[in-house]
Amino acid sequence: MGKTEMTGRQNIDLSPEAKETAEKSEYMIEVENLVRRFGDKYAVDDISFKVKKGEVVGFLGPNGAGKSTTINVITGFLSSTSGVVRVAGHDVLEEASAAKKMIGYLPEQPPLYIDMTVDEYLNFTYELKNCTYNRKKHLDEICSVTKIADVRGRLIKNLSKGYRQRVGIAQALVGNPPLIILDEPTVGLDPKQIIEVRSLIRALGENHTVLLSTHILSEVQTVCDRIIIINKGKIIADEEKEDIVRVAEEGRTYLAKICGPTREVTNLLRSRQGVLRVERQSERDGEAYTYIIESEPGVDIRKNLFFALAQNNWALVGLEPVGENLEEVFIRLVDRADNRKQSRKERKSVIDNSDLGARN
Amino acid sequence: MGAIYKKEMRAYFTTPVGYIFLAAMLLISAAVFSYTTLQQATWNTRTYFMAMVFVFVVLVPVLTMKSFSEERRTKTEQMLLTSPVGLPSLVLAKYFAAMTMMAGVLALTAVYYIPFYAHAEPETAILFGDIIALLLVGSAFIAVGLLISSLTENQMTACVLTIVVILVFLVASFGNAYIDVYAVRAVLGWISVFSRFGNFMNGIFDIGATLYYLSITAVAIFLTVRVYEKRRWG
Repeated sequence: MGKTEMTGRQNIDLSPEAKETAEKSEYMIEVENLVRRFGDKYAVDDISFKVKKGEVVGFLGPNGAGKSTTINVITGFLSSTSGVVRVAGHDVLEEASAAKKMIGYLPEQPPLYIDMTVDEYLNFTYELKNCTYNRKKHLDEICSVTKIADVRGRLIKNLSKGYRQRVGIAQALVGNPPLIILDEPTVGLDPKQIIEVRSLIRALGENHTVLLSTHILSEVQTVCDRIIIINKGKIIADEEKEDIVRVAEEGRTYLAKICGPTREVTNLLRSRQGVLRVERQSERDGEAYTYIIESEPGVDIRKNLFFALAQNNWALVGLEPVGENLEEVFIRLVDRADNRKQSRKERKSVIDNSDLGARN
Repeated sequence: MGAIYKKEMRAYFTTPVGYIFLAAMLLISAAVFSYTTLQQATWNTRTYFMAMVFVFVVLVPVLTMKSFSEERRTKTEQMLLTSPVGLPSLVLAKYFAAMTMMAGVLALTAVYYIPFYAHAEPETAILFGDIIALLLVGSAFIAVGLLISSLTENQMTACVLTIVVILVFLVASFGNAYIDVYAVRAVLGWISVFSRFGNFMNGIFDIGATLYYLSITAVAIFLTVRVYEKRRWG
C-alpha cells in the first residue's frame, strides 16, 4: 500500500513515459503470500517473491514441488486459494486480460494444434492475442529468432520434438510480451537441442524478463541470473546465482594428478589438514596417477597441498574441482530446509510440553 | 473470439470430423426425406422433420465431442485460457462454430424442396418455420454437447454421454401415457424436447418452445463457462 502511495507522489515530476513505467511498478512479477490448495493438499504454501524487469530467473525444484502450480497461477490458468499475484502491476484476478497480455507462456507440454502447419498455428496465435503489429514482419522475426523458418509450411505433427518445442517458444513470443514464462522447456530434448533451446533462452533474456522453471540445475546455471528454489510448496532459497554456487563450493571434491610413489603420496595427502578422503584411481596419465581428494566444508586445501607435494619433489600436474554443480547444492539446500523445519517442530513441541508442565 | 471461431471451423475441415458430419447428415436426411415424402407421394414434411430430430441425437455429438475434451487432453486449452480471450468468448466461439456447421447443413438440405416447388405449391412459411425449429433444437443439443465435452478428457466418453443425455431430453415424455400422476407428467412434458416440437410441425411458430430451446442453450453455455471457472478455482 505504502509503495503505491509513494509512486503516486513521485509521478508528479516524471516525464510521461517514465510515469507510465512507474505506474506499472518496477516489478514484472509480484507474488505475495500465494497459497494454492488442491483439496486438502497444499501445492503452494504461502510463497512470496518478486521479479524485477529484465531479470532472468530460474525457478527450481524437484518434480511436484509446486513450480507448475505457481506458474499456472501467474499465467491465470489457475486461481490462487489466497494471496496476490501481479504481473507488471496488474492483478491477475482483477485485471486478468491486461495481465495476460504481458505474458508469453510455454506450458510444460507445448500447446500445439498438431493438425495445423507452423504458419497456420502462429497466425492463429497472432489473432488469439489480438496483436496489431505488421503481421508478416512480426512472424518472420519470430521464426528467424527461434530458427523455425524452414519448417513453416509443415504440419506440426510431422515435426521433431526439438522443433515442436521451438514452435512452442515462438508461440510464446508472438505479440512480443515483456514477460516470458517457460515451464521445463528442455524436457525430453536431445543434448544438441537442449543447447540450442538454452542459447535461445539466453538470447531472449537480453530484452525480456524470463521466468524459467526446471528441475535440471545445470540449466539455471547456464541461463539465469537469479535462482528461486522451491520444495514441497515452499521457497527454500532465493538468491543470486553466484551465492548459490558459493554454497556449492563448501565441501569440495578435487581430481588431482600427481607424479610420485602412490602409497607415500596417498599417506601425505591423508595427513594434510582439511582433507577428508583420498582415493587413488586406477587411471594413469603418463607418470601421473589420479587421486580424488575431498576436503572439509569451507576449507581451501589447494595451496597447502601444492606446497606439501613440492617439498617432496612430487609434481602436481593437474588439479580440478569436480562435481561443482547445483545438484549437490540443491540436495543440500533441500536437506537444510527439511532439517530446519524438523528442528523447529521439535523446539515447538518442547515448548508445548513445558507449557503443559507449567500449567500442571 | 474470431480467432477461436476460425480455428474451430478450420479444424472441422482439416480433420475428418466436418466431412463425416456433412456426409452422414446429407445422406441420412436425403434418404429420410425421399422415403417420407416422395415415395409416399406426399408433400407433407411432418414425418421428415420429426425424424430429423432423432438424426440429430447421433450426429450432433460428432460436432461437439471433441471441442473441449480434445483441448484438455492435448493441453492446448492452457494456451486458450492464458490468452487475453475471456471464458465466455471461448465457449461462444465454439458454440457458433458448431452452429455454423449445423446451419450450413440445413441450408444444403434446401435442395430437397426443389422438386416440391416444381410439382406443387408447398407452404414456404411452414417449411421455413420447421427449418428454424430444427436449428433451435440443434442449438440446444449443441450447447448440451459442449457442456458434456467440457466435463471429460475423453472424446468417446463425451460422445456417448451426449447421446444419452440428449435422448433422455428427447423422449422424457414418451412414457406419459402410462403415468397416472399429473405432476410427473407435467414435469416430463416440460423437460421433453420432443413434445414442444409438435406445434412447429403443425405450422405454428411456438414462442414458448422457442424460448425453451434458447433457454437450454443459454443455460448449457453458462454451465460450460462455470465448469471452466470451477476447474480454475479447484
